[in-house]
Amino acid sequence: MKIALFASAAVIALASGMGAAAARDQVQVAGSSTVLPYAKIVAESFGEAFPDFKTPVVESGGSGAGIKQFCEGVGEDKIDIANSSRPIKAEELDTCKANGVADVEEVKIGYDGIVFATDIAGPDFAIQPADIYKALAAQVVVDGKLVDNPYNKWSEVNPAFPEWDIAAYIPGEKHGTREVFETKLLEAGCDKPALTAAGIADADLFKTCVAVRKDGKAVDIDGDYTETLARIDSNKTGMGVFGLAFYENNADKLKVATVGGIAPSTETIADGTYPVSRPLFFYVKKAHIGVIPGLKEYVDFFISDDMIGPDSPLAEYGLVAAPDAEREAIRAKFAAGTAM
Amino acid sequence: MTDAALPHAAAETAAPVRRDFGLKRRHAAEARFRFYGIAAITIGLAFLAILLISIFSKGYTAFVQTSITVPVEFSAQIIDKDDKRATDPKVLVSANYPVIARNALAKALGVDPADKKAMKEISNFVSDGSRSLLRDIVASDPSVIGTTRNVTLLAAADIDSANKGQIDLNVPEAKRKVSDQQLAWLNQLKAAGQVSTPFNWGLLTFGASSRPETAGLGVALVGSLYMMAIVLLCALPIGVAASIYLEEFAKKNRFTDFIEVNINNLAAVPSIVYGLLGLAVFINFFGMPRSAPLVGGFVLTLMTLPTIIIATRAALRSVPPSIRSAALGIGASKMQMVFDHVLPLATPGILTGTIIGLARALGETAPLLLIGMVAFVADRPATPLDPATALPVQIYMWANEAERAFVERTSGAIIVLLVFLALMNLAAILLRRRFERRW
Repeated sequence: MKIALFASAAVIALASGMGAAAARDQVQVAGSSTVLPYAKIVAESFGEAFPDFKTPVVESGGSGAGIKQFCEGVGEDKIDIANSSRPIKAEELDTCKANGVADVEEVKIGYDGIVFATDIAGPDFAIQPADIYKALAAQVVVDGKLVDNPYNKWSEVNPAFPEWDIAAYIPGEKHGTREVFETKLLEAGCDKPALTAAGIADADLFKTCVAVRKDGKAVDIDGDYTETLARIDSNKTGMGVFGLAFYENNADKLKVATVGGIAPSTETIADGTYPVSRPLFFYVKKAHIGVIPGLKEYVDFFISDDMIGPDSPLAEYGLVAAPDAEREAIRAKFAAGTAM
Repeated sequence: MTDAALPHAAAETAAPVRRDFGLKRRHAAEARFRFYGIAAITIGLAFLAILLISIFSKGYTAFVQTSITVPVEFSAQIIDKDDKRATDPKVLVSANYPVIARNALAKALGVDPADKKAMKEISNFVSDGSRSLLRDIVASDPSVIGTTRNVTLLAAADIDSANKGQIDLNVPEAKRKVSDQQLAWLNQLKAAGQVSTPFNWGLLTFGASSRPETAGLGVALVGSLYMMAIVLLCALPIGVAASIYLEEFAKKNRFTDFIEVNINNLAAVPSIVYGLLGLAVFINFFGMPRSAPLVGGFVLTLMTLPTIIIATRAALRSVPPSIRSAALGIGASKMQMVFDHVLPLATPGILTGTIIGLARALGETAPLLLIGMVAFVADRPATPLDPATALPVQIYMWANEAERAFVERTSGAIIVLLVFLALMNLAAILLRRRFERRW
């Protein structure tokens, strides 16, 4: 009893005396769940290759949440790196600067493809952005008038498609992937002159193009790709949106669709012929370099060809490596310490 | 006479009918109610059975791991080409150990090292974790360099899945993660008796990893243990002290009523709210480290406190007033009455409440998300101030992994968590039995 009381008192005393935290000796990373698997591989290899440093801690939570944490300020109790599947927004950078995070370094790590896939037993899909827009937009133009999306089956959208009920599992709005989905597919497939003819003001064009139908045929998935895969497992005529890396790890369960006639692969994404891809980034707090042990080494290690080159473990997992010259530029930019 | 007696007898037998108070209806109602009750329990048990069967059938394979035993040549040529290890011990750390593992396997399989494609498939055959495995062997005994000895290497996750029959071989070769060549090698090694499936201790000892075969619950178990210890050491004394004061010493007035309402409310607050509180107070205000079990423990303490206070107050209230009167009557002070008489009698109730509160805290993820404990942590924490995760967090992280081999590990981790919860609830029952007193 006495010992227990003493121990309790000790813990509570420790809590109250914690004002000055012990110096942090490992890198802390947070952000995008798309970048997470890559960051994990790098962190693990870093821990093995540099026994002098501790293995970095990588939190998940999404690009937006990661950048928000990143921008909270400078200090040992704040994270050093934010992973992001989209470029940082101007207003986010303003918040950063307002909170004292003056110098933010942007590091691009490569590209990620976004693929459409159906169950492995399904037919071949050859998608054009216009098909996706027609199937999933909230309102489409029919006979010169803007009406609620009338299509119920894929075959009504495009006679080449099977007679399946439309059921698409698309990334939810908190995902960085959603933005790519909106700009590269919905907006690209949207017939803007027809919308203008139907009386939509120019200012509302983008909003109308990317509004997704809410009648249950397009389902927002707020979880990870595993959830999308589970949905397709239970609905064999559903179509899901995945990252290329996730698809490659589950190629025995999924059949991938071509977009604009191009099948997604690391080659078609790297040379830009596959239309739906996006760069992946992480952001580094310049004020922490030299303060947090291992931070500079971690970033250098991450952008070395051993990690993001064409034969690297990240490429094997599904990252699309940037072209040689671009990788050189990424390294040169970080070495020069160019802040945003 | 007999004729006359008959109607009388008929009237007598009819009498109970007249005195019917709806017995049949009431019995029927009771039978129906029993049926509903049994049906409710059956449905509950059926779902529990489905849950357990699905978890155990998917998860039991996670407790074994395919391993390959091959003679490994610790070639000085590869490890320490320039023979510098006496002056520069770092060469032993950064040596190219995966190549040693690959060459050993190629030799065992009779593959020509010049065949680049085959060598690549071979390096995908064993886990990349062999780097640290072989490094540890060399570090602990550098004299091994230049000799050959048998080493048990972990198979790569896809080979492990194939060996466990989890890969659909009807799918075309290009679409699966294991090639026909690799399957042939696996069978060749099996025939030579070099493949074994020992108990997967790594599942309980390794930290988080991006490779399924070297991923384990080590960090999560230590993190959960630290947090439980902190919750126990903080929540129990604070909760019991608060309850004793409120129940035995405080005056009953509006203010104490107000406190009671608040405590009952707090017990029902969603746990994520405590995570927000923890982030604001412990991390942002007190500057405690992110991802640390210390902060996690404090957040879970706050979450568990109301449960413990409510359970303790109920336990104190269930001690008969005669015990208090008797103690006071023979001259005990109020303090002596509480600590010598009331508290010992209330112990079983307090312990049960505490353990149930702890079990709930053990299963929490939401509040840990905000304080940075939902993270990839590879190094085992030495102190509660080092980054760590928790058991349910590890389950969540694994459930989101793309690799097939993480599916069984997710279920395996759930089994481990369920075992811990069952042990805690068993402890609660045993303690109650041990200390329970009847009047």
